[in-house]
This record gives sequence, C-alpha cells and structure tokens, in this order.
Amino acid sequence: MKVVFERPRALSDVTSHYCPGCTHGIIHRLVAEVIDELGILERTIGVASVGCSVLAYNYLECDWQQAAHGRAPAVATGIKRSLPDRVVFTYQGDGDLASIGTAEIVHAANRGERLTVIYVNNAIYGMTGGQMAPTTLEGQVTATTPLGRDVSRAGHPMRMAEMLATLPGVSYLARVAVNKPANIMRAKKAIKQAFMVQIDDLGFGMVEILSTCPTNWGLHPVKALEWVDEAMVPYYPLGEFKVPGEVKEE
Amino acid sequence: MARVEFNVDRCKGCELCTAFCPQKIIKLAEGINKMGYHPAAVEEMDKCTGCAICARVCPDCVITVYK
Ligand SMILES: Cc1ncc(C[n+]2csc(CCOP(=O)(O)OP(=O)(O)O)c2C)c(N)n1
Ligand code: SF4
Ligand SMILES: [Mg+2]
Repeated sequence: MKVVFERPRALSDVTSHYCPGCTHGIIHRLVAEVIDELGILERTIGVASVGCSVLAYNYLECDWQQAAHGRAPAVATGIKRSLPDRVVFTYQGDGDLASIGTAEIVHAANRGERLTVIYVNNAIYGMTGGQMAPTTLEGQVTATTPLGRDVSRAGHPMRMAEMLATLPGVSYLARVAVNKPANIMRAKKAIKQAFMVQIDDLGFGMVEILSTCPTNWGLHPVKALEWVDEAMVPYYPLGEFKVPGEVKEE
Repeated sequence: MARVEFNVDRCKGCELCTAFCPQKIIKLAEGINKMGYHPAAVEEMDKCTGCAICARVCPDCVITVYK
C-alpha cells in the first residue's frame, strides 16, 4: 500500500489551538499544499495578522513576520519591496482585513503590490469572542448584535472581493469556500493562482475564503459548514472576479 | 485494499470526516484521547476505498490515507 494522502511538508507537525471543526485548519493545510507543490517553502515569507490566526507562524514552516492588527499588507509591502525574490503572503481574518485594516488592503491592492492575500471571512470576530464584523450578515446574532445585525445602523456586510476587483492593480481575485470536498479542491486551485500571479510578477493576488467559526456561531461544526451554503454563499457569491489572461494553468 | 490511519491524540472530535465519508464508516470512539475528545475511528476498515475525502475535510490533518 502506498500513501495517497499525508501532511504536507510545509505544515508543522503540531496540534493547533483552533477550536474543533474550525476551518482555519483546512485553509492552513491548503496553503501548505500549494507551497509544497510550487516548491517555494525556502523563499516564502508569511505575514500573520491579529485574530484567531495570530499564531499561524507556529503552523507553517516558512519564515514569518507578525504585523499589528490590520497592517499585514503594509508590512508585507515592505518585505516584498526589500526582498523582491521572496514569495510574500498575508493571512488575515475579516475583522483584520475589512475593519481595522481596510486602508492597508485597499492601498496595497491599488498599488498592485506583488503580494498574495489569504483572506479568511467567517463573518465574525472569532478571537475576541464573537463580536460583529463588517462582514457579519444582516440579522446575524453576535455578541454585539444580540437582536441581529441592523443594517440601518451598522450598514450592509462588506463584499471585499467585489470592491477590490475594481482596482487595476489587482491581477487575481476569487471567492471560494471550504465547506465541502469539491469547494475545498476549488479553494486550493484559487490559492495556487493567487501565488502564481505574484511569482509571475503580474500583480496583486487575493483569495477570499468563506470559513466557519462553530464556536462563536454557536453551531456544531457540521451544521456550521451547512450555514456557509445557507446564509453566506447567497450574499457572498463564489467565483473568480478577476483573472489575468497570462496565468499559466497547471 | 485501502486504509486510513488516525493520529488519535490530534483529533478534536469535530465529526467533519464522519459527515463526508461516502462509505459512512467513520464514527467517534467511545473512549477519549489525551485532549479529552472522543476521537474519530473506523471499525470496518475493509470498506474503506482510499478516496481520502475524510483527510481533505479534516481541519487538523489527523488522517493519513494508504491505498
Ligand atoms: C489595535 C487592536 N485593536 C483591537 C484588537 C482586538 N482584536 C483582536 S482579534 C480582533 C478581531 C479578529 O477578527 P478576525 O480578523 O475576523 O479574525 P478571526 O478571529 O475571526 O479569525 C480584535 C478586534 C487588537 N488586538 N488590537
Ligand atoms: S473562535 Fe472561531 S475562528 Fe477562532 S479558532 Fe474558534 S472556531 Fe476558529
Ligand atoms: Mg473573523
């Protein structure tokens, strides 16, 4: 018998701190698989953000820098500009990217920085106990919206992929989900494309990944995967919003 | 012939693998692991086809698949 599936080399052999069933873990593994397949582990630098993935540097075997909340795209810009031969990516939650870090992500994308952004949208502030994020859905109950998000006061949930896709500096932009096997395979392909546009010097690449937070959604991990299809996908449609013609298919 | 192997003490008992196994052969064990969770386990290993779907949905990279 041959091994047909095992831990990717770029993923550390440790127990993560993530809650049971949290799909941050699947996304980490997909990034590790892509790093392995592209053979870039030794020249990749990750920029960790603030949120539940703040400890991502313990889980992927590349080099890392920790950034202040929301500032990962600015820190990554500095790293990439001073070390242009490295592959630089950020790993950011929706609170990090779409709230406190809105300015940084918009301007990095607009400048067409050669960066890859892994944007994990779980529609909530996971780490701090489940407060409303800019991405929280209308009517969604969170610690700070006990009656559900009221869009007349809090505004409508922000579709970052669609917004950023309007910027000419962006080369690749997709929204994927990791709530079932077929979507997980598509998510991996998108992550790979977002790394390839950087490697091919085409521009800024980002993948928005719909992810679960079973703990703060108050759902069993399996039910949380179903909630992605029921509640998130109708508002956050999956697909590629920007694709460069030049990117080579694998 | 195929086989899955669980890194039992890494399993958090989230049941994503049990939900997606097309053969429905993964269940949570009666006993608990070092972390206090009921870990995933397979009783009828002869029914495993080695599709690796369980491993692909596992958030904790608990599963190695042989075929
Ligand atoms: C400057 C600053 N403001 C606020 C916080 C508190 N804080 C920590 S994580 C977080 C939100 C994280 O949410 P998200 O980015 O969605 O990540 P998740 O935990 O959901 O993956 C906040 C507000 C902080 N650490 N630093
Ligand atoms: S709080 Fe939510 S996002 Fe954070 S590890 Fe737990 S399930 Fe994942
Ligand atoms: Mg979040």
